[in-house]
Amino acid sequence: MDLENQRRVKEFAEQYGPENVVVLLGAAEGEASGLAAETVTAGDPTYAGPLTGVSLGLTVYHVCEEEVKAEFDPAVYDEQVGMMEMVLDVDDIASEMQSIRDEYCKYLG
Amino acid sequence: MNAVIKGAGYALVHTPDMVIHNGTTQTTERIVNPESEYLKALPDHLRTFEQAVAYYPNQTYIGNLTPDELGAIPAPWNEQECPLTSRYGKFGQIMPQEEFLLLMQACDVFDLVILDAAFVAEHKAALAANEIIDDSIMARIKDGVAPAEIEKAVNEEHAEGLYHNNKLVGAVKRAHDIDTNLSAHVMHENLASKASNVVAILHAIKNAGIAKEDVEYVIDCAEEACGDMNQRGGGNFAKSVAEIAGLVNASGSDIRGFCAAPAHTMISAASLVAAGSYKTVIVTSGGCTAKLGMNGKDHVKKGLPILEDVLGGFAVVLGQDDGVNPIVNLNILGRHKVGSGSGPQQVTEALVFDALDRNGMKVTDIDKFAGELHNSDVLKPAGGGDPAEGFFKVVAAAAIKRGDMEKAAMKTFVKEHGMVGWAPTQGHIPSGVPCLGFVREDILSGKIKNAMVVGKGSLFLGRMTNLFDGVSFVVEANPGKKEEEKGVSEEEVKSLIAKALKDFAAGLLAE
Repeated sequence: MDLENQRRVKEFAEQYGPENVVVLLGAAEGEASGLAAETVTAGDPTYAGPLTGVSLGLTVYHVCEEEVKAEFDPAVYDEQVGMMEMVLDVDDIASEMQSIRDEYCKYLG
Repeated sequence: MNAVIKGAGYALVHTPDMVIHNGTTQTTERIVNPESEYLKALPDHLRTFEQAVAYYPNQTYIGNLTPDELGAIPAPWNEQECPLTSRYGKFGQIMPQEEFLLLMQACDVFDLVILDAAFVAEHKAALAANEIIDDSIMARIKDGVAPAEIEKAVNEEHAEGLYHNNKLVGAVKRAHDIDTNLSAHVMHENLASKASNVVAILHAIKNAGIAKEDVEYVIDCAEEACGDMNQRGGGNFAKSVAEIAGLVNASGSDIRGFCAAPAHTMISAASLVAAGSYKTVIVTSGGCTAKLGMNGKDHVKKGLPILEDVLGGFAVVLGQDDGVNPIVNLNILGRHKVGSGSGPQQVTEALVFDALDRNGMKVTDIDKFAGELHNSDVLKPAGGGDPAEGFFKVVAAAAIKRGDMEKAAMKTFVKEHGMVGWAPTQGHIPSGVPCLGFVREDILSGKIKNAMVVGKGSLFLGRMTNLFDGVSFVVEANPGKKEEEKGVSEEEVKSLIAKALKDFAAGLLAE
């Protein structure tokens, strides 16, 4: 994950409390989504950015996951995400995200 | 007046030592984690020049393999043995590091690059033998200095070391004591961009079959900035490259726009030619040292070679309509506007469909699309997917959403109207333009009638705007010059017929 984005995620977690932050990803495939999700939960796996060694455990989803889709106005979702839903391997992304959440998320039910 | 594409040049420079010393992934790692396992393992993952040459995507870049031929070989290509081993191709060449270091010195006109005298003596003949390097460039090569002078510059005067086979063989000195814009690091980056640009431009001129004197304007579209503390991006790479290349009649300027810059620049250059401002314009760019080994951590972690070990350069020659070469159609331009929105669908509408709609065209009226032509070998192991394929899927999905295409046709569309990516991840280099050499040939041979080239840029990286950016243009077959209508009067026709009859009668009488 971009170093600047790591810094901003870290700042938001400090400002609002990590239990009140949800990170929504839009990465183009499973592995990249998993890496970003790992960064905001377990810490930066590349040991390069501000989240190195910082395990925020934030709640993190990809915008194409069913749980997220259900939260949207269907018309807005179709307009903004509908096309990419067709292009992306949604199942692969969802399973990658689920495994990261199961392992590292600290604030889910 | 239409602008046509007269030819293109493509250059790669194999720079394994610059991966270690100048790629930002590595320089950042040395600062934050100097004892890292990655830095220790890195040298064992560097490819030799021969390995970098015998690599399918690199052979495609210089024109020895077509994108269709590359697509027929199953990826990942780094696991395949490539039988093509020539460093030269019909579009350009892969230059080895030792020749490039000498060329960097030739491109330096401020005595900032110093090279070991023994290194110069050892490799000068190789550069002279390079098929595009002429005497004017060789005359710029200096004899070199003693090793002690290089060590002093690096150890005591903040110079950036130049390495070959892990040995210090030269240095780029800083151009100012305080100004960070003229630091040794920046000068190194800019001189590498300039020198790789020279290689590409010389190939483009050769391939277009024009004289150097014909070039009236050069536009550089790289992502570097040259200037000093009072004008950080003052420029002008283009003119500095034209000087070394010997384009005595050229002026030039730089256009910037991240990865979208080459497409912006192609449109500007074609417009200059179409307007009659200049007869021959070259769009050109060198490579980027900062991006060397950018995804190296993932490559090393997965036991792969460092695949980002080459600088990329390209140049395209545009000229006035000759009735033969493919035209840049300035009526079919796509542009992402400030108000377009940044969702993938809105972006695709702005870049592809708005332009087609305005011209009453369907997506299937375009034979080939070219988006980000990144080599998937590099990005897939780093979780970056396959951007080339991704783009064609997005275009297809947008067409389906619009009701222009059936969902079942998506796969066929991607295969028939797209192409695999082969370009090194050098930012602006993979952005559509690598296809132009092949597209020109395929249009000339009648294999395809047109192609849409799309350049996209991530402006947020400069922290000035969060807006997305991109433009597109269409290259199409030249309908040929219409025969100039000659006004022939009725009287002239009558007199011609009368003369023919007279001659005929005279011939009969003579018999």
